[in-house]
Amino acid sequence: MPEFWVNMGPQHPMTHGLWNMRVKIDGETIVDAQPEIGYLHRGYEKIMEVRSFNNNVVLTDRLCYVSSVTWSHAYCLAVEKMMGIEVPPRGQWIRVLALELQRIASHLMWLAAYGPDLGLLTSLLWGLRERELFLDLLQLLTGQRMNQNFPRVGGVRNDVPPDFEKYCRKIITHFEMKLKEYERLFHDSKIFRMRTQGVGKIRAAEAIDRGVTGPNLRACGVDVDLRRDDPYETYAEVDFVPQVWTEGNGVGDSYGRFAVRFNELRESCKIMLQALGKMPDGPYRIKAPRRAEGEGFARTEDSRGEALFYVIGDGDDRPYRVKIRSPVFSTIHAVPIMLRGEKMADVVAIIGSVDVCVGEMDK
Amino acid sequence: MSAPLIPSLFASCRVISVALIAVVNAIIRGLAVLVPPLHGLADWLESNPVVDVVAYLIAAVVILLWVTLVNLLTMMWIERKFYSRIQDRYGIMIGLASLPFWPFNRLKRGRSHLGMGWLQNVADGLKLFQKENLTPALADSPMFHTAPVFIASSTLAVFAVLPFSSGFRFAEVPLDLLFILAAFSLAPLGILIAGWSANNKYTLLGGMRGAALLMAYEIPLLLAVIALAMYSGSLNIATIVAQQQAPLASLGPLVIPSWYIFSIPQFLGFVVLFIAVIAEMERIPFDIPEAEAELVEGWTTEYSGMRFGILFGFKWLRALAGSALVVYLYLGGWDGPVWFSPVVAGVAVPILPEEVWFLLKVYLVYLVFVWISWSVPRVRIDQILNIGWKRLIPLSLAAILLAAFLQTLGVLR
Repeated sequence: MPEFWVNMGPQHPMTHGLWNMRVKIDGETIVDAQPEIGYLHRGYEKIMEVRSFNNNVVLTDRLCYVSSVTWSHAYCLAVEKMMGIEVPPRGQWIRVLALELQRIASHLMWLAAYGPDLGLLTSLLWGLRERELFLDLLQLLTGQRMNQNFPRVGGVRNDVPPDFEKYCRKIITHFEMKLKEYERLFHDSKIFRMRTQGVGKIRAAEAIDRGVTGPNLRACGVDVDLRRDDPYETYAEVDFVPQVWTEGNGVGDSYGRFAVRFNELRESCKIMLQALGKMPDGPYRIKAPRRAEGEGFARTEDSRGEALFYVIGDGDDRPYRVKIRSPVFSTIHAVPIMLRGEKMADVVAIIGSVDVCVGEMDK
Repeated sequence: MSAPLIPSLFASCRVISVALIAVVNAIIRGLAVLVPPLHGLADWLESNPVVDVVAYLIAAVVILLWVTLVNLLTMMWIERKFYSRIQDRYGIMIGLASLPFWPFNRLKRGRSHLGMGWLQNVADGLKLFQKENLTPALADSPMFHTAPVFIASSTLAVFAVLPFSSGFRFAEVPLDLLFILAAFSLAPLGILIAGWSANNKYTLLGGMRGAALLMAYEIPLLLAVIALAMYSGSLNIATIVAQQQAPLASLGPLVIPSWYIFSIPQFLGFVVLFIAVIAEMERIPFDIPEAEAELVEGWTTEYSGMRFGILFGFKWLRALAGSALVVYLYLGGWDGPVWFSPVVAGVAVPILPEEVWFLLKVYLVYLVFVWISWSVPRVRIDQILNIGWKRLIPLSLAAILLAAFLQTLGVLR
């Protein structure tokens, strides 16, 4: 057979959303790859210019429906920096709590989606089962399962409900028990390791050149985590270890990316427990000014990498310009490097491990 | 020891055939009072060749209904129910009580989906019957339409000789094991035809993978059977099963039969055949021709309606035949594990009839297949080739060598 292009998308089980991965194959071997994105472009940066600061939170929620709180939080942080206000400590701790809840829910969604990519449908059901518990917690905290609209400019929407700490501890204990089950399904499975180890390799330097951040960069052995390196909210007071995959010796493969995300589930549980213990009493929100002028810039450790918001206000009640930097947008262009030379079946093993979220990629 | 429920399918069907013809003849002879030449027709109907042909037709219908209506649906039900439980959910629940008409819908509204789910697959099949059969505009239409027929008929050919007990079988062929293996390995050709004719890149890749997969599993499978043939000296399933009825050891009243799995070389062969049969069935560790993650639905992508239903459903028939193969060759076939045989009035009464033992074993083996395939991911095409050529073939060759060595020494079993 001659070499030919295969469109994996826009309607394809591999894509987890609306985008197209064009793959040039020679038999089963991938010669070239080319991501085609933009199917889900909604012009967020432009829409946000005509809505007031607080109204934009509902939009940023929908940047990535799997990880709503982290995105709207990044936006609120940028606006707060522009306005020069600071969230009261209790509000900051509640934000940390919600962020880590959302990170676990997002990583579980990824874990659930990664299994069927490799043909392991059981992990889909198991992952969604545990994710439901964390969505229940988020619902208790914010009132919604998804698209929570929780962070506000100047704090959070509401206080922690009564008994939340009790349920939270109970679910975390249960979840840590279930994680051992997951380890038996993934880590101990020879076929799973065959499919992921040494597949989709990318060197740390190449990854940095293309702007790969977050778990995908930590899988290359680069010890970088904005929660520690550039702490926002109260992450400076939290004792946690960024999960780095060092066994690849500077080369990240699918297994490394899997392991980093998997270990982050445990680490996020630890952060949540600390946040529950250290949360002080007091107000959880301050009144934010309606109009503002200046520039605000915030970068946070999103579930998929480094989320960046740059907001300019011109004295009106809505932003003059908003710039969103999506981690997946950068990561997706490093995927062809990982794909070249691998087999056709590895496309799913690689793209699944990168954790694509089309909403935030196309903005 | 046990006895078959149906001592001979053909003899039973011949009784039905005779009865049927007697009823028809009663009418014809009644009419012959008016039209005397009809006596000749009645005499012809009563003649032996006609009765035999009708008996064969009845037997074919019986085996077809038994295989597709009972066993196929049960296999699907076992799989869907069992993997649902693995995945921590209820699974299919449409049973008799869910039927929307008189004798069944006695349960209260809202409780209709609390059955055991055996009828769900019937419902799915009915749904597929209503679907339109689409043919892609640029497909090679004759080939595209031939492939499902080819796959379905080659799979059904297996059941022409596949015995469910010493009596319950359609045809007795001296080399029925060879026939089963031959008919079994025809389906990948159909996969290749289907993949090529649909004129779609995914189906093409799936068809090519099917052909590559055939190379990987078919050779070790046959080599494992050769290792077994060294012991059995026969390719007849009834002979192989009869050989496994000999007692291996006895623990007091309990007699352990000498199933081939208990001997060392045949155990190696069992491992090889077990893994190869998973590939033969296109089950999940080795279902690369229809890897739905990267190839959409593989070689079945372009099929719709009942043509897809046939391709999809007949996978379970192949699973049934594959599990049956494992049971015949290594697990004693339709012979039960002889724990005790109560003797009533001088006659040894079997605990269960042969058919029940056989189906129990087949479903149990199939359960293990399901268990494996829903707890591991799918392997890659180059990895399955590696497993086939570098692991299974040496292992099966070792089984042959060991079997030949032990056979020559005379220390069988």
